[in-house]
Amino acid sequence: MATDANSHVDRRGFLKGAAAGAAGAAALTVPGVAPIDANAQAPQPARPAPVTPEQAARNLAAETAPLPDEVDVQTVDNPGSDFMVDVLKQLDFEYIAANPASSFRGLHESFINYGGNKAPEWLTCCHEQASVNIANGYYAVAGKPMAVMTFAPSGLHHAMMGIFGAFSGHTPTYILVANIADGKERRPQFDWGAHSVVDPADMVRDMVKWDDTPGSLQHFAESAVRAYKMAMTEPRGPVVLVVDASLQENSVADRSKLHIPKLTLTTPPAGDSGAVAEVARLLVAADNPLIIAGDVARNEDGMRLLVELAETLQAPVQGGGRAMPNQHPLSGGGNVRTADVILALNEDGLYGRLNRYRDQQVRNSTPLTKPDTKVLSISSYDLYMKGNYQNVERFQEVTMSIAADPQATLPSLIEACKKLVTADRRRVIDERGKRLAAASADALERARLECTYGWDSSPITLQRLALEVYDVIRDKDWASVGGGGGRLWNVDKFYRTMGSVNGGGVGGSMSIAIGAALAHRKHGRLCVRFQPDGDMLYVNSALWTATHHRIPMLFVMQNNRAYHQEVMHLQRMANRRQRGMALAHAGLPGSSITDPNIDFAMMARSMGAYAEGPISNPKDLRPALLRAVERVEKGEVALLDTLTQPR
Amino acid sequence: MGLRTTVLLAIVTALSVSVLAAQGQPSNAPTGNAEKGKTLFVERACWQCHGLAAQGGGIAGPRLAGRVPAWPAFSRYVRRPTEEMIPYTAKSLPDNELADIYAWLRSIPPPPAVSSIPQLNRK
Repeated sequence: MATDANSHVDRRGFLKGAAAGAAGAAALTVPGVAPIDANAQAPQPARPAPVTPEQAARNLAAETAPLPDEVDVQTVDNPGSDFMVDVLKQLDFEYIAANPASSFRGLHESFINYGGNKAPEWLTCCHEQASVNIANGYYAVAGKPMAVMTFAPSGLHHAMMGIFGAFSGHTPTYILVANIADGKERRPQFDWGAHSVVDPADMVRDMVKWDDTPGSLQHFAESAVRAYKMAMTEPRGPVVLVVDASLQENSVADRSKLHIPKLTLTTPPAGDSGAVAEVARLLVAADNPLIIAGDVARNEDGMRLLVELAETLQAPVQGGGRAMPNQHPLSGGGNVRTADVILALNEDGLYGRLNRYRDQQVRNSTPLTKPDTKVLSISSYDLYMKGNYQNVERFQEVTMSIAADPQATLPSLIEACKKLVTADRRRVIDERGKRLAAASADALERARLECTYGWDSSPITLQRLALEVYDVIRDKDWASVGGGGGRLWNVDKFYRTMGSVNGGGVGGSMSIAIGAALAHRKHGRLCVRFQPDGDMLYVNSALWTATHHRIPMLFVMQNNRAYHQEVMHLQRMANRRQRGMALAHAGLPGSSITDPNIDFAMMARSMGAYAEGPISNPKDLRPALLRAVERVEKGEVALLDTLTQPR
Repeated sequence: MGLRTTVLLAIVTALSVSVLAAQGQPSNAPTGNAEKGKTLFVERACWQCHGLAAQGGGIAGPRLAGRVPAWPAFSRYVRRPTEEMIPYTAKSLPDNELADIYAWLRSIPPPPAVSSIPQLNRK
């Protein structure tokens, strides 16, 4: 990290300068800080009462008296937290994200001094929700967990939305929660209410796959390895390990008796061979097969497999996330209404895909599928479900349900399909492929045409914004770390997008983007994030984490100066009730973010980012983007505050 | 693709069917004031889903510019949408205001050609 020699002001020098400045009644200047007017009226500190000679003598005597033996233990060798660092290093964490807290002061010190602040490197976060979501985003790109450190109760409360996001997005974020279990070890006034909970993991047990509260260092080692293994077993999910403060701070009695178990990850379960054969038979015999895919692929190989299945059958793929190249001729086509066989892969929103639901005063939903359509599901989500937080939809009837990991099952399914394709079926399949390819080409042309409407509008249309950004990055090795341009962006590689990573709701996605950009950094990819204004206002301190840790990325704001999704809901209510029609236009109380307008560029600059804006004229976009990308390519964080239309 | 996108596609499809037969053809629409209609499109919050230029294309309402349905289908859909659109009754949006909006939608000039926009033509 480069250091500006002029920016270093040590405490002693600062005080000396302050005294001299005050004496000379001149403006005090410190690099990077606004000048202080020495003539300005400032509150005067209360003058301490003078100490009498008798009091001074008593104080001296008390401070120099010998301590009783039993309390004269003021240093420690081999603290338990050093061993914990050894355990976590063996799990190969690259980073640990945390907002500092006294409950894990032992571990914090061990990470820095004993562990050398490398593997894992400490990421300074300003809010625990940011810590967890940075870890969530990192996993989406790196494919392995990041550790998060927090404490009970407050830090864990802050972290909960991120943990909810990890639960919803099947993200194996690894969360360490410090606690002070032993009452006699708690500092009066500080630790009873603020740093201690009887069962910290209980706060998030409904959202994590597994948790434990180790009572010894050996227990910690075994549970740390088990937690990692559980998190990474399909379907993946977050885990919590409670780390007792005394275990961190007390000495290890005999290090040679402690053992760190070897980590062996569980291979994902593939589908039953008989069931897979039947799925293949139905797919090959289908006239209009359709693949609906959720988050299927863990890596490039998963993407290759889904494409191979689609091409083997010449079957359209809806969804698929990053498993399906979006400009592939089989991507996005097909129709639920006309499909005779539907294969759903890790699709946890299947009901919504197969039924028509209307958000009118009286809710109703009707099936979109034909009565005899066969619905085949291969999903690892059937292997793990929680009751309280329901990341499922209404129960969808299916013809076959295979509890298995789709990526692990695809090789045998593809092989089974290929064996069943006769020459006759080959002709049918190839004809279908030609039709779908033609439809795909038409859809791409239509997408180009749609972009032209409102091309010069101000505020800027989202379509133009996306296209202008893509036009600047298309020839670089880019990655979207949130948002994107739809069909006109050529998402041809697995890492171009992030999959089903989830931040637990509005406010989580900015931190996710930063974690993802961190994982992309060592590959030198140009990371772009479309940043909604409402989301940024939750945990914008994460931007400082990005600049502080030199995580290069470009934020392009989608600043519509409102929580616009809620504006539309309010409009729906007003229309149903036939009142307040001009409400939203006038500025909807509770949803508009105006008066005053927020200067996001100034906010970003205050945290060390390069920033421009607000930009409302679409013609100003390209030059601003070129300037911002140049800064990002030099390793900086850049933000363009662009004023956009809401949808 | 989530439920919202699925519904959107259904709306687009439904509107497109009636639109293709409508735009550019005579209709029995009441006479409206396009200038007033442009203002009403904003004041009555139509833009929230369809965009200020009625360009649609996002995750909410479909494009209306360049493909406005014939008046009977348009007014019927606005009053009693069969898909996800927010219904506008005559109390919320009187007939004369709807006619003004309709007149503006039909008056929107065509967009620049795809071929005239370099960003849409790079390979």
